[in-house]
Amino acid sequence: MSRPAAANDPRVDRRAAMRTLLAGRGDMLLVTGLGSTTYDAASVGDDERNFYLWGAMGAASMIGLGLAIARPERRVLVVTGDGEMLMGLGALATVGVQRPPNLAIVVFDNGSYAETGMQPSHTQGGVSLCGVARACGFDAVFDITDVAALTEFAARLPALDRPGSFDRTVFARVAIHADEPPRVLPSRDGVHLKNRLRRALGVE
Amino acid sequence: MSGIVSQIPVPAWPDDIFAALKAAEIRQVGYVPDAGHMRLIERVVADPDIRAVSLTSEEEGIGLAAGAWLGGQRAALLMQSSGVGNCINMLSLAKSCRFPLTLLVTMRGEWGEFNPWQVPMGTRTQAALELMEVLVYRVERAEEVGETVTAALDIAFNGGPVTAVLLAQRLIGAKRWVK
Repeated sequence: MSRPAAANDPRVDRRAAMRTLLAGRGDMLLVTGLGSTTYDAASVGDDERNFYLWGAMGAASMIGLGLAIARPERRVLVVTGDGEMLMGLGALATVGVQRPPNLAIVVFDNGSYAETGMQPSHTQGGVSLCGVARACGFDAVFDITDVAALTEFAARLPALDRPGSFDRTVFARVAIHADEPPRVLPSRDGVHLKNRLRRALGVE
Repeated sequence: MSGIVSQIPVPAWPDDIFAALKAAEIRQVGYVPDAGHMRLIERVVADPDIRAVSLTSEEEGIGLAAGAWLGGQRAALLMQSSGVGNCINMLSLAKSCRFPLTLLVTMRGEWGEFNPWQVPMGTRTQAALELMEVLVYRVERAEEVGETVTAALDIAFNGGPVTAVLLAQRLIGAKRWVK
């Protein structure tokens, strides 16, 4: 269950964070990583433009890269957790070299492996994912620690060509509470998830 | 001063693979740099219709290919046999979602291998792939490379299993090491 945050703790509730990112999603495509970010996306509402990972830990950013290259006219948003990102840290180097301007990678960072018992992750141990992203060549890096900054960030996401919208590969880390809200489980049928996204894009 | 010098002559089979990739309308190629794939990588990088994506580790390519397919493009992966070991768990992505996927693998650790550290993975590459239910074709002769790659791509993109083509070290030529 969600625990009420301390009054002086500006970190974002993960479910509210996902709602904020998707509030004006337009035709944005979403890839979520294994674990809680998949439940967060499902809690906002299932959508044929969502591709949820139920395995392949570490692959979320690379799936986003392949999708962003294939569909340069669409915003591709990857939302994953700190543990999932850490398992595929090399992907940040690969994305940092490719830098498709329509790709945004957002990491919900609670410093913990919520799925497996809240063991501390390396970000709790001092590893800065924003620092890694900058070192990998991302030049639009955001360390988001409160709702106001997240709301401002989210407004720049869905469109590719409006004034103020992001025109380069984006990396953002969002500080979220280390809690575990009730799970909302979307389909685990990978073939179904794959085919419906392709149908939504008119390529199936 | 010691160094590694590749004295691999320029063979025609990498061009045959390139032709097969083009015929199959491959638009993204993920690769970890490899001497055996050197010429093919050069061809892929030079092609304006193919996005060549250099990977830090081979399993990244399984995600890349999945994303490409989600977006309506076809991808293929180039790697060395040692990289197959890096891919094993990530193959569950391709299997669970039935993503079309073909791996083109240059073999090390078999014919005339100088470096014994290549042997443990090289000698188990085919078995490891087959344990993950990947359909494996092995090619020893240059003239069979093109048609084998075409066959592997056809099966993968027609709804079949993940396919792999193992390019034998005898075909590629053992890496020459000189002092």
